[in-house]
Amino acid sequence: MSRRANMLFALVLAPVMSLAASGKVLAEEAQRWAVNMPRGVTSVSNAIYDIHMIAFWICVVIGIGVFGVMFYSMYAHRKSRGAVAANFHENTTAEVVWTIIPALILIVMCIPATSTLLKVYDTSEAEMDIKITAYQWKWQYEYLGEEVVFMSELATPETEIYNTAPKSQYYLQEVSEPLVIPVNTKVRFLITAKDVIHSWWVPDFAVKKDAIPGMVNETWTSVDEPGVYRGECAELCGQGHAFMPIVVNVLEKEEYNAWLSEKKIEVAAIRELTKKTFTLDELMAKGEEAYNRSCASCHMANGEGIPGVFPGLKGSAVATGDISKHLDMVVNGVAGTAMQAFGGQLSEVDLAAIITYERNAWGNDTGDAVQPIDVLKFKQGQ
Amino acid sequence: MAHGPAKGIGRWLFTTNHKDIGTLYLWFSFAMFLLGGSFAMIIRAELFEPGMQIIRPEFFNQMTTMHGLVMVFGAIMPAFVGLANWMIPMMIGAPDMALPRMNNLSFWILPFAFALMASTLFMEGGAPNFGWTFYAPLSTTYAPDTVNFFIFAVHIMGASSIMGSINIIATVLNMRAPGMTLMKMPMFVWTWLITAFLLIAVMPVLAGAVTMMLMDINFGTSFFDAAGGGDPVLFQHVFWFFGHPEVYIIILPAFGVISHIIPTFSRKPLFGYSSMVYATASIAFLSFIVWAHHMFLVGMPIGGELYFMYATMLIAIPTAAKVFNWISTMFRGSMTFETPMLFAIAFVILFTIGGFTGVMVAIAPADVQYHDSYFVVAHFHYVMVAGAVFSGTAAVYYWLPKWCGRMYDESMAKVQFWVSFVGFNVTFFPQHFLGLAGMPRRYADYALQFSDWNMVSSIGAFMYGASQLLFLFIVIRTIRSGTPVSEPKVWEGAEGLEWTLATPVPYHTFSTPPEVK
Repeated sequence: MSRRANMLFALVLAPVMSLAASGKVLAEEAQRWAVNMPRGVTSVSNAIYDIHMIAFWICVVIGIGVFGVMFYSMYAHRKSRGAVAANFHENTTAEVVWTIIPALILIVMCIPATSTLLKVYDTSEAEMDIKITAYQWKWQYEYLGEEVVFMSELATPETEIYNTAPKSQYYLQEVSEPLVIPVNTKVRFLITAKDVIHSWWVPDFAVKKDAIPGMVNETWTSVDEPGVYRGECAELCGQGHAFMPIVVNVLEKEEYNAWLSEKKIEVAAIRELTKKTFTLDELMAKGEEAYNRSCASCHMANGEGIPGVFPGLKGSAVATGDISKHLDMVVNGVAGTAMQAFGGQLSEVDLAAIITYERNAWGNDTGDAVQPIDVLKFKQGQ
Repeated sequence: MAHGPAKGIGRWLFTTNHKDIGTLYLWFSFAMFLLGGSFAMIIRAELFEPGMQIIRPEFFNQMTTMHGLVMVFGAIMPAFVGLANWMIPMMIGAPDMALPRMNNLSFWILPFAFALMASTLFMEGGAPNFGWTFYAPLSTTYAPDTVNFFIFAVHIMGASSIMGSINIIATVLNMRAPGMTLMKMPMFVWTWLITAFLLIAVMPVLAGAVTMMLMDINFGTSFFDAAGGGDPVLFQHVFWFFGHPEVYIIILPAFGVISHIIPTFSRKPLFGYSSMVYATASIAFLSFIVWAHHMFLVGMPIGGELYFMYATMLIAIPTAAKVFNWISTMFRGSMTFETPMLFAIAFVILFTIGGFTGVMVAIAPADVQYHDSYFVVAHFHYVMVAGAVFSGTAAVYYWLPKWCGRMYDESMAKVQFWVSFVGFNVTFFPQHFLGLAGMPRRYADYALQFSDWNMVSSIGAFMYGASQLLFLFIVIRTIRSGTPVSEPKVWEGAEGLEWTLATPVPYHTFSTPPEVK
């Protein structure tokens, strides 16, 4: 099984390293000292694992042969042992042979590689479609045709990252809301980004695809076993690159259907809230929470931004000036800069709360309370 | 000769002597190596444990970017240009480089390029933070304003490289001693001749890429912005059309160095000289047609993926031929293991391991798992550090006694070798494991299951870093007070015109050309 393969791998690959690892390969330690690729839970991940192991063993065998000859010469043909140098410096037969043999080995490796690649690329006959949109630094999942859409972002608190609280088990691998998909179902992912390039990677599925602004990439998976699987962003996307994990919750089909109908009700309820009028205090409380989640990574929790990179909001002309200009900036973003259009990312309630918070926090004190309905009217009036 | 070097600082500022310029290049590249290395030490210190301890993620990205840029453009490339300046005229029996004034200029613009780039560390917005591959739009729309300094720095480096290459081509094609036909040229000269053509072909492409960035950032064009009709993937195509030949620009001269050291200490001529030349040329040719294997996940059509996978795998054939040739050179030789030979053997072993992982990442479906993970970081450090840096170190130990007429301390150098070798492997071997277990590269912080190997890797990195300070100490000590050597052939088994000159090498050499039979 894969653990045994792992051990073999460690023994061959890491004579030095395994010294540290061996002796205490306790069950729970095994994952910590992992040395090999996971076999994964999809047919694609299994096929890739097999190719990886074939390539690995071919390399090991060639390595033993080549380095064997070299170490033999280093031992036997030393001047200190009285070796006298021969004077040959070419041998056409040998050179032809060691050109042809690697070529044949490569051809052998290409056969499973080609068939697996065809499989990776076959997105036809998918049973459901999920659109994944990457933002700095979170993922948005949209169940196409189901009107369900939500954001998934890091749930690990800053206190753990900056070492003022102990780190939990799934440090940096936990999110506000995981992607949920049914087991044994061919799911097609349509992947894009709104700002810079990201890459959506779940090792256990062997799915990794770049999320590129202005383009939609396709890939797919069909998971064999229910469970929680964790992944991460694999393309450098700015300071939050290490802080936008992926969690996928794979459910039995009935459980998934139950989850989906519940989710639809929840989405409708949030839409209902748009009509409510909130007090300034309610908006400020909601706003602080939403601001820290969606805005603080650039503009900072203290509203001062990062000089030269991200502008501060404390006492800024936008946050203390005309409300409609402020709304425009948050809803539509600022073209050609890192300021995203949050209109499509956040609910009207969150948008209203954030704008209200920005206009009153850090001594901005404008006293303005922007209501969700104002945001909705602004959006519709465009 | 009638006159020696000028006195004072003017000797170095206005020199047109290939040996002086070679020395300048080598010291400059070593200074950059220590600078880039110090960035690596900061990176590894931060990654010693999970959590952010020393620096912020934003600064971490500046460190990874500057580490890559400084090492590739500041340390490795100038080091081999320095070796070329020193050795090519001596190897082909020429009195100097063909274009000595341009030689001076091509060196002296480099410190300005790097001063420009490093100064951004102290500016508002910080240094480049988008990775050494500077993918758009992270490096355009989303970059700090200091990106403009980076763009001009790259332009200057490119100009320097192009001038250096023109000089090498002109020298090699016009100034060889009578009787030295192309197929009698030493391997180091051959590899540099081919490298120089690669440089001339691709540096303008890099200049084009950064100019398009400059236009996108400052003049409202949309080359890499989909919203304006451009394409972010175009950037990657242009970049890697430069970037893939670039890695061979780095490694081919290293092959050349190794092809001198192994025969010397095996006391046996290089096996398969002509196949070495053809292999080098085929590697150079193939380097132009495989670039998109760096982009297997951007959503290329499957035909493109298959083509780039097959073409990339072809590179394994000439590369393997080179390794077999080196081993056949050792086979039935009469070997001794002085420090240059130790580094050369380590090069063969570790570069081959990097080659193995290179074939693995070339397999497009498997690359789904390897891509942008620490497996790739391990792969290219095996070829860049154990390849280029080890061979550069070997070259310095090999030629330093010839240059300055003093022998380094052999036992101290062996200690330096073993600390480097162990430190290097402890740093980078576990990174294979990290990548396979799912840790992406360029991460400022990581999940808990990656803690152990990261700590091991950091310990190795500090060890490797310390070994470079020892190297600096050994070199300075040799120059100031090493045991004098005076025989022209410093090494018993060395062959070639450079070993016919007096030791230490006079300031002017080959004012009358030698005859090559």
